[in-house]
Amino acid sequence: MIEIRDVEKSFENKVVLRGVDLDVYDGEKLVIIGRSGCGKSVLLKLIMNLLHPDKGYILVNDIAIKKVGQVDLFNLRKQFGFLFQNAALFDSMTVAENICLPLVEHTKLSKSQMMDKVAEKLELVGLPGIENLKPAELSGGMRKRVGLARAIVMDPNYILYDEPTTGLDPIMAANIDKLIIELSDKLNITSIVVTHDMQSVSKVADRVVMLHNGRMIFSGNVSELKSTDNEVVRQFVNGEAEGPIQPKPHKY
Amino acid sequence: MTSFVSALGRRTINFVSETGSVFILFYKSIRYLKQLWASRSLVFSQMLEIGVNSIPLVLFVGVFAGAVASVQTAYQLKGYISYNYLGAATSVAIFIELGPVLTALVIAGRVGASIAAEIGTMKVTEQIDALESLAIDPIRYLAMPRIFSGFIMIPLLTVFADFIGIMGAYAVAWINLDLPPETFFGSVKEFFSILNVMSGLIKAFFFGGVTAIIGCYVGFATDGGAEGVGKSTIRAFVLSSAMILLNDYILSVLLF
Ligand SMILES: Nc1ncnc2c1ncn2[C@@H]1O[C@H](COP(=O)(O)OP(=O)(O)O)[C@@H](O)[C@H]1O
Ligand SMILES: [Mg+2]
Repeated sequence: MIEIRDVEKSFENKVVLRGVDLDVYDGEKLVIIGRSGCGKSVLLKLIMNLLHPDKGYILVNDIAIKKVGQVDLFNLRKQFGFLFQNAALFDSMTVAENICLPLVEHTKLSKSQMMDKVAEKLELVGLPGIENLKPAELSGGMRKRVGLARAIVMDPNYILYDEPTTGLDPIMAANIDKLIIELSDKLNITSIVVTHDMQSVSKVADRVVMLHNGRMIFSGNVSELKSTDNEVVRQFVNGEAEGPIQPKPHKY
Repeated sequence: MTSFVSALGRRTINFVSETGSVFILFYKSIRYLKQLWASRSLVFSQMLEIGVNSIPLVLFVGVFAGAVASVQTAYQLKGYISYNYLGAATSVAIFIELGPVLTALVIAGRVGASIAAEIGTMKVTEQIDALESLAIDPIRYLAMPRIFSGFIMIPLLTVFADFIGIMGAYAVAWINLDLPPETFFGSVKEFFSILNVMSGLIKAFFFGGVTAIIGCYVGFATDGGAEGVGKSTIRAFVLSSAMILLNDYILSVLLF
């Protein structure tokens, strides 16, 4: 279980999160929605302890991640898979080396066992046989799926997906949604999915939260989301230009 | 006036805190030396990159540095001291000063800057975060192999530079002054002292370490996209060259 308590985060003078409270229960598929730049990626990085909150704290299985030493932090992180928004593949390595890296560093598997795992995960994300390509040779959507293969190769208990279907064609997106659901249901993995894609929200989510102006303004299941009378949430869900959210005027 | 004082104060605080961070990075890398054997393939590939791949450049610089030293010394000896001492004078200069310092300076350009660019690119494209998220410490994975190789390989490169430098020096003596090899190398041998060579290599050891540490530090401190990477590359080169020259002075005072 992940408990986020009153977390605030700013960069220089820019306030991103102004007091976020959120519980993520074991085994659930939680979807976080919100406008671009509202701090969804920042929230995921805070959970991974890649960024540190200015105020508030985060507990993972009752452990305060801010306080643990490096060894415990790394043991905790081994339970997490994190798909970066931009995939963040190591561009000096091949696809296979990217996916293998955590296995090489943390397990004693033989070379052939590792390659079997790589092949298995690449199959899962719909990219069999691309082991020897370099990230520079892949399209954006392929990179993202290799990033996903790398995130799940250690069979984590928690997977954080940062916009897993952005940049994929609708069919591939549907496949990734299916994969997220399968991983979660078969292995009882806890998933946190950040997305703008309302299709995958309806398919994947056990529960949806919406982040707006640095706070959680909505929490509920998909049908509650669709029938909400919160104007802001409704405008976002229906993708309307008219409503309480207006694009900020440009500064010239 | 107050703004000048506060700017000065801010710069001083920045300088002190950055120096502190450099030492912290160094300390953390040293702790990972325990895992040197486990990380041997990473270390080996850095030794190759930092050391072996720098050999052509170091040889090129070494031969001309030796040649220039020889011409210059011959000019200074002319009319006062016999050319019989040319070998001794140039070789001592090469062993204790030219070999290590010029090697380190070209390495600062080639290796220091490329370490900063590589790590800086990884930083701005979130690859460093990706390592962290996979429970891999970037200091062990990236910094330790580079810093270790810096310490080890620069002295080795200096040995090459010393050797080829003396060859270059002799080539000039032979072409310009018709000095026979017995005379030149005889005087090199007569005044040869292993202490001179060792002190040069001790310098090179520090220079190599400093260059790699600064490259890593500047790389990890990069932000601001491609532009930031460009700035880091220059910054690594400027900082490490300055530190090489400063250390050269300090070590010369300490060693002699
Ligand atoms: N490392 C950083 N340094 C400075 N500002 C940042 C950093 N990371 C994110 N931000 C800012 O925080 C805000 C939220 O970013 P992000 O979480 O990436 O948004 P999104 O919800 O689209 O994922 C953005 O305005 C961004 O400029
Ligand atoms: Mg984002």
